[in-house]
Amino acid sequence: MNDLARTRERRESRNRWLLLTPALVILIFAASGPLLITLVYSFLTAGDYGGIKWDFSTDAWFNVFFQRDIFDDTLSFADAHLSIFWRSVKLSLLTTLGAIVLGFPTAYFIATRPKHHRDFWMLLIMIPFWTNLLIRTFAVMELIRNEGTLNTLLMAISVIDAPLQILFSETAIIIGMLYVYLPLMVLPLYASMERLDFSLIEAGYDLYASRLAVLRRIILPLVKPGLIAGSILVFVPSLGAYVTPRVMGGGKQLMLGNLIELQFGQGRNWPLGAALSITLLAIVMVALLFYVRVAGRERGGHG
Amino acid sequence: MIEISGVSKAYGAGKARVMALNDVSVSIAQNEFFTLLGPSGCGKTTLLRVIAGFVDPTEGTVTMDDDNLLALPPHRRPVNTVFQNYALFPHLTVRQNIAFGLEMLGKPKAEITETVEEMMVLVQMDGMADRQTSQISGGQQQRVALARALAPKPKVLLLDEPLSALDFKLRKSMQIELKRLQTETGITFIFVTHDQEEALTMSDRIAVMHAGSIRQIGPPREIYDQPAERFVADFIGDTNFLPVKIITAQGSEAQVELGSGKRIAARVNKEHSDGDATTLAVRPEHARVVPEADGLMTGRLCNLVYFGTDTHYHVDLDDGIRFVVRVQNNTDMARSAAQGDRIGVTFPAGIGQVLRD
Amino acid sequence: MAKTTGFDIKRQYGFTTIAMICFVSLYLPVILLVVYSFNAGSSVAIWEGFSLQWYRSAWANDQVQEATIRSLIIAFWAALISTSVAVLAALATTRVRRFRGYSAVFAAINQPLMVPEIVTAVALLIFFAGIKVQTGYTGLGYLVVAHSAFCIPFAYLPIRARLQGMDLTLEQAAADLYASSFQVFRRITLPQLWPGILAGAMLAFVISLDDVVITEFVKSAGQDTLPTYMLGQLRRVVTPEVNAISTVLLALSVTMVIAFFFVTRIRK
Repeated sequence: MNDLARTRERRESRNRWLLLTPALVILIFAASGPLLITLVYSFLTAGDYGGIKWDFSTDAWFNVFFQRDIFDDTLSFADAHLSIFWRSVKLSLLTTLGAIVLGFPTAYFIATRPKHHRDFWMLLIMIPFWTNLLIRTFAVMELIRNEGTLNTLLMAISVIDAPLQILFSETAIIIGMLYVYLPLMVLPLYASMERLDFSLIEAGYDLYASRLAVLRRIILPLVKPGLIAGSILVFVPSLGAYVTPRVMGGGKQLMLGNLIELQFGQGRNWPLGAALSITLLAIVMVALLFYVRVAGRERGGHG
Repeated sequence: MIEISGVSKAYGAGKARVMALNDVSVSIAQNEFFTLLGPSGCGKTTLLRVIAGFVDPTEGTVTMDDDNLLALPPHRRPVNTVFQNYALFPHLTVRQNIAFGLEMLGKPKAEITETVEEMMVLVQMDGMADRQTSQISGGQQQRVALARALAPKPKVLLLDEPLSALDFKLRKSMQIELKRLQTETGITFIFVTHDQEEALTMSDRIAVMHAGSIRQIGPPREIYDQPAERFVADFIGDTNFLPVKIITAQGSEAQVELGSGKRIAARVNKEHSDGDATTLAVRPEHARVVPEADGLMTGRLCNLVYFGTDTHYHVDLDDGIRFVVRVQNNTDMARSAAQGDRIGVTFPAGIGQVLRD
Repeated sequence: MAKTTGFDIKRQYGFTTIAMICFVSLYLPVILLVVYSFNAGSSVAIWEGFSLQWYRSAWANDQVQEATIRSLIIAFWAALISTSVAVLAALATTRVRRFRGYSAVFAAINQPLMVPEIVTAVALLIFFAGIKVQTGYTGLGYLVVAHSAFCIPFAYLPIRARLQGMDLTLEQAAADLYASSFQVFRRITLPQLWPGILAGAMLAFVISLDDVVITEFVKSAGQDTLPTYMLGQLRRVVTPEVNAISTVLLALSVTMVIAFFFVTRIRK
């Protein structure tokens, strides 16, 4: 390489980093940096009234999974935490499942519309997604609460005598999360269905497959990458959900997000809160890495 | 065995109504290699899809061995299709693709395994069973598509331009291969193509289609030598069209008068009255270039085009018509005429075909 | 008329029904929410006639007014800052050869999309708490910075998409016609990039306006934005006043989103 090229390259590189500096400063200051501090905090001792003391300790991490009985000092699994972990995973999985059941036919419906109509249907899916999550959660809450439209209607036509208590239950959280995250399932599913080669479906029918067999043996395997992507896109935010379980669960049915918040409020155990949120982050990162691999294969594979 | 009668298919309505098929009737016999030939948009693929069950005709009936095919959804019809783009399932291996139809029919495992092996041998793909369909060449994909469609032993195999994606040499060898398969399996083949040569080499019978209807049905030689109408003559091979007048017509023979005033015998397959003005089709390879004095017609040689195996003489006849004569090149043949020369053109009696229009 | 099966290969039983249920249930709750914001009574389920009283009472509510103004101020600054830095970042990372650190930069920019909000919120709470103690500053700055950070990827992506679709030869042609690199940017790149920048800014504005979780954790006392105010209200008896506030916010977001769709479709 001659001098001229080297100088030029050096100048390009300097310009590049100059252009990137403002964005990186903000991101390091208000995104990446604080995460590192959180990691540090998870290894410190809890202060008496919130905050921390600068003493190294692995107690927080220990307490994520275990608890020591205050009377006989025996070690056991942290039931309260584990049950919340379990609920978070369970509700997120059920939400994902529900999103597949509802989202798959919806994406298929859109993908089988005439080409010039599809954008319209997708816009219908995307508008709710870009509107305020709290308001949407709130809208569902108004619908299913005891004095809500659903119960009022059901009682008015005498299907039920007393209002159905749906709100503040796990079911309510699932309904809420399903409602707010459904578009995240439809989007990648639609993307892979839109590219579906319908002559393959014809070939299936030609070879004596019934509708169900075509769905199971041809359509499903072909859109699997979209299905996996959608599942992860729904599962990840469900796992870290905070607003929906707070509004729909009414503070009774805690999920991970609420448990983390608790440590910074009443719990006054910042290191534990930090450790819990790093744990959540780790789970999410594993799921996302999996997603990146699937997405990469999708792009590299057929189509 | 397949009886198609009065089948029409219309798309759209009112002014935008398009007839993809217009009152098509044809019967196809058992063990026949039957070809639907025509330019794109002539309705040949639509007709194939009607038989397969992917298109519902607006009118007409389709029966197979007296069973009403139209009452069956595609997955209940004992016909299989080789798709134009093969439509191999990308998520399945070669073996799984071939086994698919048999599995759907609920055949026992042992039988499936056996049939798949048999099919692999039949299409000369043995040893490739566990490849992904994306890992094999276009010609091999073609063979897999064939094997997959043949495996359930359908009564009729539908082939939708299956060779169009292959290169020239492969296409040639697959043509022979297909004919062999058809003879060996004894299955009725209904083959769709726009390639006249493909149709002529393989078929027992050809139906030439145009604008949604069948214009002529017959064995390849008959279609080529005795085209019924201008479209057929024009679409298949090269043809010279000469305006003629019928002098006498009797049965399949007629005396016609050419533009030059000379008269010659020609074939005719429709009633004509004496004195009718009509068109005579003469194949370029059936004509000869002769000295001006010996010609049925005379004109000026305006172009000589060399094609390797033969040479085309483009002659501007005295009545203003361009006439092409194809002469096979022989090494000992001396160049008989040069551009601009006045020459004569002639063809044997009884070889020209009087067209229907 | 031929008697046929009418078999449609694209059809799957029940799929259209489920899809219709989906579309209806996506919109029904929100539509009810809007409808009841005009209710004359104080119920959000029993219709008692049309009235604008809840809009009036919301507007008369000092807390709502303050929260609205605060939301708009934060969203304005967050959109301005995040879009500005995103333009620069997009210029540095688009249409260039992959450079050392490219993946890290890309990951950093998109981090707010990947990390669960609650995790970021907690991290910011910890970090800003320390700064608050050190400096004593408790103003809106924290919220503006936090919002700017998580708005960066939303501003960045449409700008980058626009930049990627741009014709490089135009800039080369300008350079060929003696334009300096700044002139090329000012006269060629920027005008073409404008729809992308607008789209990015609108998206950032909406995202900032809608944020609940990070705001809830970062805000100091008395710094409620509209969403956090509403979250606080949900613990109490719900009156259509919340519906009225929601409707206004909703109208704002939907307008922005639809505008976004059209802006991103401006011909390149």
